Amino acid sequence: MTAGELVLPKARTGRRRATKAGKQLHAGPVTYVALIVFALVSLAPLVWTAVAASRTDRRLAQAPPPLWFGGNLFKNLQAAWDQAGLGTAMLNSLIVAGTITVSTVVFSTLAGFAFAKLRFRFSGLLLLLTIGTMMIPPQLAVVPLYLWMSDLGWSNQLQTVILPSLVTAFGTFFMRQYLVQALPTELIEAARVDGASSLRIVWHVVFPAARPAMAVLGLLTFVFAWNDFLWPIIALNQQNPTVQVALNALGTGYVPDQAVIMAGALLGTLPLLIAFLLFGKQIVGGIMQGAIKG
Amino acid sequence: MTSKEALAHPASSAETAPGIPPGAVRGAQGRGVPDGAPSWRSRLYRWDTKASPYAFVAPFFVLFGVFTLVPLLYTVWYSLHDVQLSALDHQSWAGLANYRNLLSSDFFWNALRNTFTIGLISTVPQLMAALWLAHMLNYKLRGSTVWRVVMLTPYATSVAAATLVFTLLYSWDGGMVNWILHFFGVDPVNWRESDWGSQFAVSSIVIWRWTGYNALIYLAAMQAIPADLYESAALDGANRRQQFWHVTIPQLRPTVLFTIVVSTIGATQLFGEPLLFGGVSGTKGGSEHQYQTLGLYMYDQGWIIGNLGKASAIAWTMFLLLLIIAAVNLLLTRWLRRSDDRR
Repeated sequence: MTAGELVLPKARTGRRRATKAGKQLHAGPVTYVALIVFALVSLAPLVWTAVAASRTDRRLAQAPPPLWFGGNLFKNLQAAWDQAGLGTAMLNSLIVAGTITVSTVVFSTLAGFAFAKLRFRFSGLLLLLTIGTMMIPPQLAVVPLYLWMSDLGWSNQLQTVILPSLVTAFGTFFMRQYLVQALPTELIEAARVDGASSLRIVWHVVFPAARPAMAVLGLLTFVFAWNDFLWPIIALNQQNPTVQVALNALGTGYVPDQAVIMAGALLGTLPLLIAFLLFGKQIVGGIMQGAIKG
Repeated sequence: MTSKEALAHPASSAETAPGIPPGAVRGAQGRGVPDGAPSWRSRLYRWDTKASPYAFVAPFFVLFGVFTLVPLLYTVWYSLHDVQLSALDHQSWAGLANYRNLLSSDFFWNALRNTFTIGLISTVPQLMAALWLAHMLNYKLRGSTVWRVVMLTPYATSVAAATLVFTLLYSWDGGMVNWILHFFGVDPVNWRESDWGSQFAVSSIVIWRWTGYNALIYLAAMQAIPADLYESAALDGANRRQQFWHVTIPQLRPTVLFTIVVSTIGATQLFGEPLLFGGVSGTKGGSEHQYQTLGLYMYDQGWIIGNLGKASAIAWTMFLLLLIIAAVNLLLTRWLRRSDDRR
């Protein structure tokens, strides 16, 4: 569509003062007010989690709900840590999400590079298969996975949750889209003329060029793996939980202490909140990058 | 190997490549291009060029195949068998019994209906709010990155953590939501037990977690719209609002369709939010199954009741549903494009 095809009503006032393009307009006060409301809605539940975690269960059952911090934060954090086994859970989640992140990033970069820059048979078909499988729900794999992992005697062990998530179709597609334009084909050809082997090219040309996208994919994958819910709930139990499994157990306990539950929710979210504080800009950039090309 | 080294190995230049006239080779050598003589080095090099693409995609496809595609097919197999959690060694052929069982179960149709209504109340307001938010973030803002990160923080919160917090916010007596509502003269709502109330509460968790994420996707698409479209619209006298409806929205259509597809996929699988919102009896989706979704129903049948064959049948029904939705979406896109062309 070109600009000429646009059918627009003429301004009734006849005023022809050229407004600047939409993206360059400065936000007015109304916009700022609306944005502040959005920001409050985004942040308030998290802040209030900390408020609730600093109170007692009995206080939380009374109206009006507390709006400011009480004095029980550390007691509740301690209780959540002990009751839900959050120490083990955090360590487990770190191992699981860390392994999944490294493997997803490396394998996605390799496959993404091949799809972006190398010619091989069936490459078009394989890429189509990759894109097509992005919409397969995880529910479709869990019954066989559960039965196989039980057969292997791996129930409740970490490799059960690590293995099925080692690669994602999204990651491969994401890296392919990035490398198509970020990696000059001449660079690879030059390296080839120099007689560099494919592995050397990957190490010295592809990885350096892909580094920004690899970092972003790593962050997105870590968030995804840390928060993954369905399969860990099925595969693991309270004896050897990830953070989400521990939170699930905490929330569905028979004698729930709401203040302790809030403390658990706070602790389980804290690592990702810190990651957002440090790398928020990169994560935002990654989501927006994936969007344009996706 | 550097270019100097490559030149130092003229690949035993006396030999000619098969099928190429000697003159051509000499000409090529004259220009300093290394020829394809079958020394072990160049043979290795050629083999490397041919085989490496497969080696690079292999880890992805092997892992993906073993842990996603093969299980997907096995799920069909199990859905045609009687597989009980209590007797895994005794699996017997059941034909379509699991599917018949499913279609005659009121709870299945109830879950299907709930998935649909919760999907609708969570997706439509979410995407509209995201569009509005993106439009605002697209202005020149002080500290634009900070705004974006703030809007994305709910995405950092896991389903489990978010649901635990919202469940408390929605509690009947002493909950924050009812307390705020009482200022507007609204009587306390029983968010856990009421039909629409519980579905709304579950949806609001989804909306809270995903609005900022979708807004960023829209924002990216908005920034990719060429500026001259706005300029010529402005020249035609369009104000900000008219520019939004006549430039931004039409240009955003593919992205909107993309987010609708992604959100629909997410809504079809909805599981963690209703599970934890229900507390102890979470897998039933409330005392009257008011918010039992298909995802929850599958988990309940498979791992609480222990009928894994039926759970497999539910999984495949979900997939079928997704395929239908995808097909409808594709047709809709085509139809929109055609009506666009006609204009």
